[in-house]
Amino acid sequence: MSHAVADSHAPNSHHYTTTGLDNRKVAIWMFIGSECMLFASLISTYLIYKGKSVIGPFPHETWTNPQTGQTLPAILDIPVTSISTFVLLMSSFAMVMALAAVENRNRVVPADAGFFRRLEANSKFWLLMTCLMGATFLGFQAFEFTSFVHEGLTIRRNLFGSSFFTLTGFHGAHVTAGVIWLGTLLAIDVKRGLQPKDAVWVDIAALYWHFVDVVWIAIFTLVYLIR
Amino acid sequence: MANEHAQHASPDHVHEHPTWKQYRWVALILTVITVLEVWAYYVPSLVAGPLFVPLLLIMSAAKFAIVVMFYMHLRYDHKLFRALFTGPLAIAVVTLIGLLFLLAKVSSRSLG
Repeated sequence: MSHAVADSHAPNSHHYTTTGLDNRKVAIWMFIGSECMLFASLISTYLIYKGKSVIGPFPHETWTNPQTGQTLPAILDIPVTSISTFVLLMSSFAMVMALAAVENRNRVVPADAGFFRRLEANSKFWLLMTCLMGATFLGFQAFEFTSFVHEGLTIRRNLFGSSFFTLTGFHGAHVTAGVIWLGTLLAIDVKRGLQPKDAVWVDIAALYWHFVDVVWIAIFTLVYLIR
Repeated sequence: MANEHAQHASPDHVHEHPTWKQYRWVALILTVITVLEVWAYYVPSLVAGPLFVPLLLIMSAAKFAIVVMFYMHLRYDHKLFRALFTGPLAIAVVTLIGLLFLLAKVSSRSLG
């Protein structure tokens, strides 16, 4: 086992459980486990109702409104969602870089270090990038939701609309919470500088953020790509 | 293996993580898999074939596992954390598959 934990009798030992593990990390993993159940239920609902909508618009097929004769194309915009998926994936990369920068804050960066080496050690930059990319993802989602509503798909329109907006809306709410959380960490970093002793707080936020990312990996495939 | 990973240490927090270089490689691999997924969506012969859905599910599962192992550090973390994640995840996946077989039209071709 390549893992070692700090002595439970060390300062701040009240953070450690009888297992020797930090109770905050145990808590976040338990929370993530429960979130798996939540999103599994939402994805199940979407998949069960998939293909059972009586009226359009539909996700992957064109639909002609019998009342107006208007033909609507498939409503999902794969190119746009692919870009937002890429942005969210890269935000996870920025998040691990932020965590690594905080954990290595005490390491001295040589004076002659190059631009990228100095950038790697800049936790503020990586936290800011993570926040910005999370906000960009939310912007894409707002654009998508708005265009869907303009094309006639609302949460009350059909089974697809109900299950789609519920699933992706819940995910968007999680991303929003993550952006706010990361924003507070960035504010602390700007104000007093996050130190290695604070790394566990960044680690917890990072775990949450990566979980939001892996949920989207599943949603992107199951909702957007599989017809 | 241990030598390949950076040691990040603090008074409260001592364990091994991948290096910055490995993080960049992981990001590149995730990008390539995403590009392949989207490419597969636009190949009509692939979409019409029986391999489309399994292929997408495998690529998605690979991305999921890579993020969990390397970015969430589950590969390097304590086994209790692994159990706290994989246990509920397994229950969730089994429940999802069970519900699909009970309530949805599941075939070898499609999930829906």
